Amino acid sequence: MNGGRTSRHFGRILVRAIITLLMVAVLNFFLFRVIPGDPASLLLGGARISVTAEQMKAQRQNWGLDRPLFPDQAVDYLSATLRGDFGYSFKFRGRRVADLIVERLPATIVLVSLAQFIAIVCGVMLGLYAGWRRGGAVDHIATGASLLLYSTPSFWVAMILIVIFSTALGWLPGYGAYSPGVSTRSLDQVLDYLRHLTLPVSAVALGLIGQYVVVARAAMSDVVTEDYMVTARAKGLTGGQMLMRHAFRNAMLPVVTLITLNLGYVVAGAITVEAVFAWPGIGGLTVEALNARDYPVLQGVFLLLGASIVLANLVADLAYGILDPRVRQ
Amino acid sequence: MTGSSQDKAPLLEVSGLSVDYGLKGVSSRAIDSVSFALRAGEAVGLVGESGSGKTTTAMAIAGLLSPNARVSGGQVCYRGNRLPIEDDAAMRPHRWSETSVVFQGAMNALNPVHRIIKQIAEPCMLKLGMPRGEATARAGELLELVGIPADRGAAYPHELSGGMRQRVMIAMALACRPSIIIGDEPTTALDVITQAQILKLLGELRSQLNLALILITHDLSVVAESCDRVMIMYAGRIVEDGTVAEIFAKPKHPYTRLLIDSIPNPANGKKMIRPIPGDPPNLVNRPSGCAFHPRCPSAMGLCATDVPSFDKFGRSRVACHLHRSSQEDKVAAHA
Repeated sequence: MNGGRTSRHFGRILVRAIITLLMVAVLNFFLFRVIPGDPASLLLGGARISVTAEQMKAQRQNWGLDRPLFPDQAVDYLSATLRGDFGYSFKFRGRRVADLIVERLPATIVLVSLAQFIAIVCGVMLGLYAGWRRGGAVDHIATGASLLLYSTPSFWVAMILIVIFSTALGWLPGYGAYSPGVSTRSLDQVLDYLRHLTLPVSAVALGLIGQYVVVARAAMSDVVTEDYMVTARAKGLTGGQMLMRHAFRNAMLPVVTLITLNLGYVVAGAITVEAVFAWPGIGGLTVEALNARDYPVLQGVFLLLGASIVLANLVADLAYGILDPRVRQ
Repeated sequence: MTGSSQDKAPLLEVSGLSVDYGLKGVSSRAIDSVSFALRAGEAVGLVGESGSGKTTTAMAIAGLLSPNARVSGGQVCYRGNRLPIEDDAAMRPHRWSETSVVFQGAMNALNPVHRIIKQIAEPCMLKLGMPRGEATARAGELLELVGIPADRGAAYPHELSGGMRQRVMIAMALACRPSIIIGDEPTTALDVITQAQILKLLGELRSQLNLALILITHDLSVVAESCDRVMIMYAGRIVEDGTVAEIFAKPKHPYTRLLIDSIPNPANGKKMIRPIPGDPPNLVNRPSGCAFHPRCPSAMGLCATDVPSFDKFGRSRVACHLHRSSQEDKVAAHA
């Protein structure tokens, strides 16, 4: 393992990441324009006053949508994106896309990373235990439940949670992030925020737990049958020592890959759940932008998502290299 | 019984050991009434084809029977004490401290994510209670002992060749100064030259440390090079037991004779291998009488109905009806 080879390796990874992002940017441009619907008529058509064809045309001209898609619009978009200019929103008139995203991002990051944390801790532990004691009661229950959760759409889980805990029992709020009238800058506000956070976090976490249980269990049940586990037993190790010293780290290899890849979704991992709970995050913004065919906002959000997934892949490569000496070449 | 007339009391005594495997309600007998003794420092080869019970015998001795195995008869005594081979937890103190196993290290028997020095030091820490520094120092010495420079200890298993990994496996087996080492096909995945080196190393360590060795293999030539005694297993039973010299010069059991005939030996001008006809026996539905009779060129009517007894002839034993009459003479002489 010499420096020259390592830096060349990283150089290759970096070039690949940049190419991927460029392709994401190009695809984003065409993807949303393929969707039927016209931003101008969607924006103006909903107005109470009648809009003339002239006004509609002026609006399109204003947004630059009257020019040919290729090369004019596409080249403009790409060159602006490369300069770091993501443009202005159609729907939220006059607002910069970058500002909109930065404004909405913290709510999503809080929601998804909290849900990921809970899902990782519960799901991985449960999955590893189920794989270690394969065929036991915990295994049967955990595998069954996680397959059910894994295959259930999280927006549906979200609605069920609202029906039970918000509508029927009235324990927790099922809408938004803050209650109106709660004094700002106080413990009350923090508690209010946490109460609003509970159901959305649960909905996202429940959807993720299944995935972690399934992967961790499969990894552990593979490890249990490996020859080096027989060696560990022959060495006179106790069950606990075999688990902690020999099985755990090997079983974590695929799990860590999954965790790091999922980190990419922290910026936009809960679009449907956010929509159900009217959570003021990127997900809600995406749905609003989609309904208005707000191309610049959609392009911005998806580029951000693409970038964070590319970054997560990079981290996964590095993390795997640290955990598994065999890929440290 | 066996070995009572020997100069040294046996280190290990297996008597009438039978082990069954239960699988989905069907039980099959993996080993049946296996009896033998092992003296300190002795090297015994355990030879047989796949499914003959050689690995089950060895794993029973090491206390490594799988959870679906059941000991249905007999016992294993170590230094005169009966081993609780069916009790996983009770066998733990015995493992590695008294009996260690050299697995096929060339394959996956070493943990891929830990440095080899750590894997060798582990039993020193956990079983001998050494502090980390002392255990690591001992692991370094063990590496030197098997011919690997101690500074290679920082390597991971995948960075070593198959032969080196096998040496690491041997160093690891020596960690707690056991008196018995079981070699579970330790040279199977290696090329011939590496195989010879590993066998030589095992032989040297054995005389240096007065280790008893049980070498499991399906390769008689490996046994000829490195063992004092051979036990031939067929369908879960020992069919012949004798010194290497006796067995190779005058095999008594037809199966042993056919096994020796199937070793290619270009030096003798014997270029063609003579395979043994027929298929390995089905253990769930084993043949009646002598399990080898359907494949045996010398089978008689008696062989299909009566199980041959395992009789003593001087220093060797054989279970075959062909050698019955002489056995009766012996019994008469003794009486």
